[in-house]
Amino acid sequence: MIRLEDVHVRLGQREVLRGVTASLTERRVGVVGANGSGKSTLARLINGLVLPSSGTVTVSGLDTRRHAARIRRGVGFLFTDPDAQIVMPTVAEDVAFSLRRKGLAREEVERRVREVLERYGLAEHADHPAHHLSGGQKQLLALCSVLVLEPEILVMDEPTTLLDLRHSRQVAVLLRDLPQQVVVVTHDLALLEDFDRVLVIDEGRVVADADPAAAIGHYRKTMA
Amino acid sequence: MTGLTGAYVPGGSILHRLPAGAKLAGLAVSCTALLLLRSPAALAGAAAAVVLLYAVSGVGAAAAWAQVRPVRWFAVALFCVQLVFADLPAAASSTLRVVLAVALAGLVTLTTRTGALMACLERCLTPVRFAGLDPFRLSLLLSLTLRSVPVMADLVTRVRDAQRARGVERSARAFAVPLVVGALRHADALGEALAARGLDD
Repeated sequence: MIRLEDVHVRLGQREVLRGVTASLTERRVGVVGANGSGKSTLARLINGLVLPSSGTVTVSGLDTRRHAARIRRGVGFLFTDPDAQIVMPTVAEDVAFSLRRKGLAREEVERRVREVLERYGLAEHADHPAHHLSGGQKQLLALCSVLVLEPEILVMDEPTTLLDLRHSRQVAVLLRDLPQQVVVVTHDLALLEDFDRVLVIDEGRVVADADPAAAIGHYRKTMA
Repeated sequence: MTGLTGAYVPGGSILHRLPAGAKLAGLAVSCTALLLLRSPAALAGAAAAVVLLYAVSGVGAAAAWAQVRPVRWFAVALFCVQLVFADLPAAASSTLRVVLAVALAGLVTLTTRTGALMACLERCLTPVRFAGLDPFRLSLLLSLTLRSVPVMADLVTRVRDAQRARGVERSARAFAVPLVVGALRHADALGEALAARGLDD
């Protein structure tokens, strides 16, 4: 359960979000909007990477201002550019990095890493340097490193922007099967077709909030 | 630099199976020994030993050459300078020393997984705890450095391509400015990702 109450965000001189109020309870929530509309900021509010200048954001009842660290343990975040998100030199190490503070035995860490890499088809690359992967595989690796922690909520900031059609579809299929609540910020309208709810952001405000067909229809009209 | 970030050649040789710590210690000892060897005959023996080690490792000639290749011009220059200021045996032996040391270091990276190397470093760094440093942070710093090398190399390629596309190959500014901006952007994104992955929690 993600709740935003009259959230304003000011970054320097620019007011990026101007009074957003929403309760996100649906399993699949999409966010669309023009470049610079504030949708990436909205995504970052959910795990406390960005804090509201005024208003409040609560996740599962916790305020992001006071409990950012605890919230981040329950909210996985996938960035657009996997190169920035992958922090370890090799594939398996990057996934293991996520588990470092779980206090797990080394065998257990290795088992979980292997399991998640197998599930997403990266097992054979476990010991390869991350930069030998293709763009799509890197995004899968970033996803593995997030999902190995089994977060309750997954926030994705334009996860398919840098991917080819095949890998975008792969992400769409993955999304369908994830048990988590997922919030996806995207320009990839096809990705949102079977979502439960889509928000349209324009100039820092929610201008439409409906099922995918209605919301995307509105978005297309405003962009025309 | 590419050695540590992607040259590992999988294999089952005795060199692959040795623990990373033993290999690093062996590297330190043999590089010291190289410095102490004086006679050209002894250095020739060392060269034969290095060749033998490569043969035992089974990494192949191409991988071996890739390790030494980056220093080839440096070796030539060193040889020429030494030839002018010293004599032929001195030039030959000091050049051979450098090339052999590089080859040995390369052999360690060819036969050791990055993970094993980092784990070994983290263990060796444990004493810094007494100086108030966090060994985990130090080893993270090293990992991030390794990870950043290919990312920066990609950035250099992109900036070079952009320069060529705009026909400003020779402008140092058209190279440096986007490179620095890109590197800073990457640093920002990396910091954000580390925060998202709970580094400071």
